[in-house]
Amino acid sequence: MGIIIQKRALIPKRVTEMTVKAPVIASKARPGNFVVMRLHMKGERIPLTIADADPEKGHIVIVYLVMGKTTALLDTMNEGDAILDICGPLGRPTRIEKKGTVACVGGGTGIAALHHIAKGNFQVGNKVVSVIGARSKDLLLFKPELEKISHQVLVSTDDGSLGHKGLVTEVLKEYLERDPEVKEGIGVGPVPMMRAVAEVAQPFGIRTLVSLNSIMVDGIGMCGSCRVNVGGEIRFACVEGPEFEASQVDFDELMMRLQAFRSQEKKSMELFEKKELL
Amino acid sequence: MQKKTRTRISPRVSMPMRDAVERGRMFSEVALGYSQEQAVAEAGRCLQCKKPTCIKGCPVDVDCKSFIRMVARKDLKGAFAKIKETNSLPAICGRVCPQENQCEKTCKLRPTGQPIAIGRLERFVADNYYARTSCEEETGGEACSVVDESRKVAAIGSGPSSLTLAGYLAANGVKVSVFEALHSPGGVLLYGIPEFRLPKSVVQREIDSLKNLQVDFLCNYVGGMSVTLPELFQQGYKAVFLGVGAGLPRFMKLPGESLIGVYSANEYLTRVNLMYGYKFPEYDTPVPPGKNVVVIGGGNVAMDAARTALRLGAERVRVVYRRTKGEMPARQEELEHALEEGIELEILSSPLSFHGDDQGVLNKVVLQRMELGKPDESGRRKPEPIEGDTFSLETDLAIMAVGTGANMVLTQTTPELKLNQRNYIWADPETGETSMNMVFAGGDIVTGAATVVEAMGAGRRAAREILRRLEG
Ligand SMILES: Cc1cc2nc3c(=O)[nH]c(=O)nc-3n(C[C@H](O)[C@H](O)[C@H](O)COP(=O)(O)OP(=O)(O)OC[C@H]3O[C@@H](n4cnc5c(N)ncnc54)[C@H](O)[C@@H]3O)c2cc1C
Ligand SMILES: Cc1cc2nc3c(=O)[nH]c(=O)nc-3n(C[C@H](O)[C@H](O)[C@H](O)COP(=O)(O)OP(=O)(O)OC[C@H]3O[C@@H](n4cnc5c(N)ncnc54)[C@H](O)[C@@H]3O)c2cc1C
Ligand code: SF4
Ligand code: SF4
Ligand code: FES
Repeated sequence: MGIIIQKRALIPKRVTEMTVKAPVIASKARPGNFVVMRLHMKGERIPLTIADADPEKGHIVIVYLVMGKTTALLDTMNEGDAILDICGPLGRPTRIEKKGTVACVGGGTGIAALHHIAKGNFQVGNKVVSVIGARSKDLLLFKPELEKISHQVLVSTDDGSLGHKGLVTEVLKEYLERDPEVKEGIGVGPVPMMRAVAEVAQPFGIRTLVSLNSIMVDGIGMCGSCRVNVGGEIRFACVEGPEFEASQVDFDELMMRLQAFRSQEKKSMELFEKKELL
Repeated sequence: MQKKTRTRISPRVSMPMRDAVERGRMFSEVALGYSQEQAVAEAGRCLQCKKPTCIKGCPVDVDCKSFIRMVARKDLKGAFAKIKETNSLPAICGRVCPQENQCEKTCKLRPTGQPIAIGRLERFVADNYYARTSCEEETGGEACSVVDESRKVAAIGSGPSSLTLAGYLAANGVKVSVFEALHSPGGVLLYGIPEFRLPKSVVQREIDSLKNLQVDFLCNYVGGMSVTLPELFQQGYKAVFLGVGAGLPRFMKLPGESLIGVYSANEYLTRVNLMYGYKFPEYDTPVPPGKNVVVIGGGNVAMDAARTALRLGAERVRVVYRRTKGEMPARQEELEHALEEGIELEILSSPLSFHGDDQGVLNKVVLQRMELGKPDESGRRKPEPIEGDTFSLETDLAIMAVGTGANMVLTQTTPELKLNQRNYIWADPETGETSMNMVFAGGDIVTGAATVVEAMGAGRRAAREILRRLEG
């Protein structure tokens, strides 16, 4: 069980940050880890990245985008409410070593997840270049937080309201051309963005990771729901990932599999909006 | 002599069943259990052999002869205590043991084709005798020690191996904490075996009685992640038991296996059983719908998936198996039930590829016809493809029940643990101890996918050894 300590709307009704009391998980969480949670007795299990952790206070931070029934329900919960089940930390943590310059690329809600990874890199003494993008300035998350732990933060927006007008990967490409010292890239965000990160980084020959968000149930390697195709092999994102070498990932398959339950998800959300479901 | 035998061997008392057509659409338990009259009649068929062979067939040495004698005399209390001497979960074993390969296989009456229905009798006793205390529930007797909080043991995973270990140790005054990664305890008994075969209330009863013996269940704890083995020892646990199971589903590396509509049996069953997906949308977890279902495999898992699909409204369910019906590893009773309910078999065939539409949604599976060749290492005749003989089936839901591998979470974060060639945890067959001092392991994570009662046997062996070490 996890009590909600603090709730902060980052983008009202769309993206929310929650601080949750989960001492065991907070003491163990490493960048790249995620939790699986279930909100109530009839709820489903959903994975969310640990965006930050404070072992002393026993708090973890999650940031979610309201996508459907479960995240919408989560968004109705308030400080003091309890999340029924939180399991974690799960997934292999990001391999963080001192290696020089690391480009951390984030899009949309993925920027929150990226934050923990960027912070880990900063703490081991890497030069962190954060490259983040959103549709517009108001939708850009975690810029102030990233500024504290990055040597440089580069921004793009689709509408040009802040930073470069265009895609985050255009900024990445330009930076990689400028700075030959980048040793590693990591991309977290929507699938099309991660695919573009893979394409942009490939010619530079740097190790590039992406964090895959396949559909999960248990999160402990027991169901195979999260399976992704990496280098032609079936890999389980929850126990062998969620990070994989970008150039090896079959993004088309991932996109396709994310649609598996679309009609049921839609039905669930409609009933929820009509208040016919908890 | 022959004549005498014939007159003495009455057929087994048959088990009352829900009607096949009716039950094929609902999740209520299929086999209803013997009445007292039926149980006494069945027990009366037992020869009470001078040298009973039934006991040898049971992986946990249930004294079948003695408990059956007590059933015949309507002494349920005595029968219950007798079974509990060696088996802590009779209500479960009576329902899910593959008796035809175990106790009933070695029963003296087996050659007649009518062995004593030992499993059904065991279930009858467990269901109809109500233990008065949790100690009695675990041990059959009144002799449980007071739990000594300073003697703590941790069990990771909450399947039958850990539950058995916990019961044995708790009854002997050891404090046990069971750490489970999922949100509810029970392991495969909960997420795998469906309600219509093993009601969840039967599993819950066992867990409740363990709780009464002060066993703690800590759910949402991932061994190796939330807590490591060295940390458990630092927290004062004197021994750790690993019963994390073999849940990692296997796939066949076939083209199209990632299409929407191809699921592992574990995913399908977990969505239905653990997550109550059959009550969607009241419960949030969706289950893939299937009108025309194909299940690949021939074991219990395949039967459970097939019968579940039928209950969720499938019009047609076919089980594709590469050998023949006689070689199917499923419990005989489950296979029979499945066939009665209208499941069809497509034997001597094996999938080659899955095909879908432009949205990636499955619509067809192409299969290879097989024939049986020479016997392989297992002694069974090896299925071999018949060159050029392929065919296809239309399908919107394909469920892969082709085996599982070792659960990786704990082993990949605990490099000190020695594994065997197949990536299962190595454990001493006598004591259950692993390559780490005072760390024990048992059940599917040591043997690979096996049976409930074998996992229980391993839990019991490890518990006995742990107790000996704690006391010595
Ligand atoms: C390792 C991992 C980390 C993630 N971290 C974050 C995060 O930090 N913040 C965030 O906003 N989102 C994150 N996600 C995605 C998040 O889990 C989904 O958005 C959420 O499950 C949607 O649930 P819903 O009921 O609100 O929406 P639904 O209407 O049920 O689904 C909307 C879409 O979300 C995806 N989805 C649905 N169910 C699941 C599931 N059980 N597991 C994964 N994806 C699912 C599907 O693509 C679906 O079409 C992460 C996913 C993974 C795998
Ligand atoms: C669908 C199905 C039907 C079956 N039918 C039968 C049958 O009819 N008869 C029969 O005898 N056998 C049957 N079996 C096999 C039988 O269920 C297993 O052999 C038995 O359950 C193994 O028990 P176990 O104690 O090893 O652990 P499991 O029952 O496998 O449980 C392991 C538990 O450990 C948890 N876990 C894993 N990793 C961790 C971790 N790192 N930290 C914490 N917890 C963890 C898992 O979540 C799980 O709950 C069936 C199996 C399946 C899947
Ligand atoms: S535990 Fe299983 S094998 Fe042993 S006697 Fe009971 S039903 Fe038979
Ligand atoms: S072998 Fe069969 S007939 Fe003989 S005692 Fe055992 S159960 Fe009875
Ligand atoms: S989520 Fe079930 S195996 Fe990864």
